[in-house]
Amino acid sequence: MNAPSSAPSRRPPPAVLDELDRRIINALQGGFPISDEPYREVAGQLGTTEADLLARLQRLLDARVLTRFGPMFQIERLGGRFVLAALAVPEERFDEVAAAVNALPEVAHNYRREHRLNMWFVLATETPDGIAAATARIEAATGLPVFAFPKLREFFVDMRLKA
Amino acid sequence: MTDTLPPDDFERRLIIATQAGLPLAPRPYDVLAEQLGVDAALVKTRLAAMLQGGRIRRIGAVPNHYALGYTANGMSVWDVNDAHIGELGEAIGRLDFVTHCYERPRALPDWPYNLFAMVHGRDRDTVLAHVEEIATLLGAACRARDVLFSTAILKKTGLRIGGDG
Repeated sequence: MNAPSSAPSRRPPPAVLDELDRRIINALQGGFPISDEPYREVAGQLGTTEADLLARLQRLLDARVLTRFGPMFQIERLGGRFVLAALAVPEERFDEVAAAVNALPEVAHNYRREHRLNMWFVLATETPDGIAAATARIEAATGLPVFAFPKLREFFVDMRLKA
Repeated sequence: MTDTLPPDDFERRLIIATQAGLPLAPRPYDVLAEQLGVDAALVKTRLAAMLQGGRIRRIGAVPNHYALGYTANGMSVWDVNDAHIGELGEAIGRLDFVTHCYERPRALPDWPYNLFAMVHGRDRDTVLAHVEEIATLLGAACRARDVLFSTAILKKTGLRIGGDG
């Protein structure tokens, strides 16, 4: 029901949002109620109807303004692991290596960045052991050493952005 | 911090049922309950407990930052004196333009940086100005730094746990 977001290299242009869209995005980045009719509750607080809110959320998901709407699981609390990792990919091999890395389901995000270490991805696995296995598969598939940067300490994480 | 525990069987089914999103229907928890073959009260109770225990960070919308006009995304990285990284990391994490801030291991000699602070902005100059604010805050404790701008999203799916192929 939510929009898929796995297409590579796509950077949607800034979306055309009206004032109510912005208020919806700003208000709904957390705190969605766990109640019988949560959309109706939120719609009332935003001064609109349940039907309008549902239609707008669907449109924002379809337009990929929102990548998801739902619970955000804290996977480390659930025994899983996230590890940031990087590769120094020779420019002429970049697309081939990106395809090999992206093919792993454990790769949750992958970004090209301007640096000798030019490919930065997040490995997300259900168990701690999964990370080493995924790293080994990437090294075998690409012939490149994986630089792993597991977090030692988290100072802050909050991806909320103002629309 | 609350305890880390693998999901029990029902939590696992809840995660699989909602990882793509919450139903966009007037009674979303009833829809989930029907899919899972349980009472809606159980769905709500367990979701509330997971939220309370930090197993769910929050419930809501995840915006695509590019679509909101945050087109510049700079991963600022810093080689910070280990003796001061705790207090300085906390201070940087409090800056409102920093969306993630972590201490990570160095990978010498290739990578001397041990503090990562992600900065989002409407353009590169804004991000670079924010990075200067971080540099000022770090002062003499910082020995080297860099900013890695992203130039393409190659993949963005988030974690998918098993059960849905």
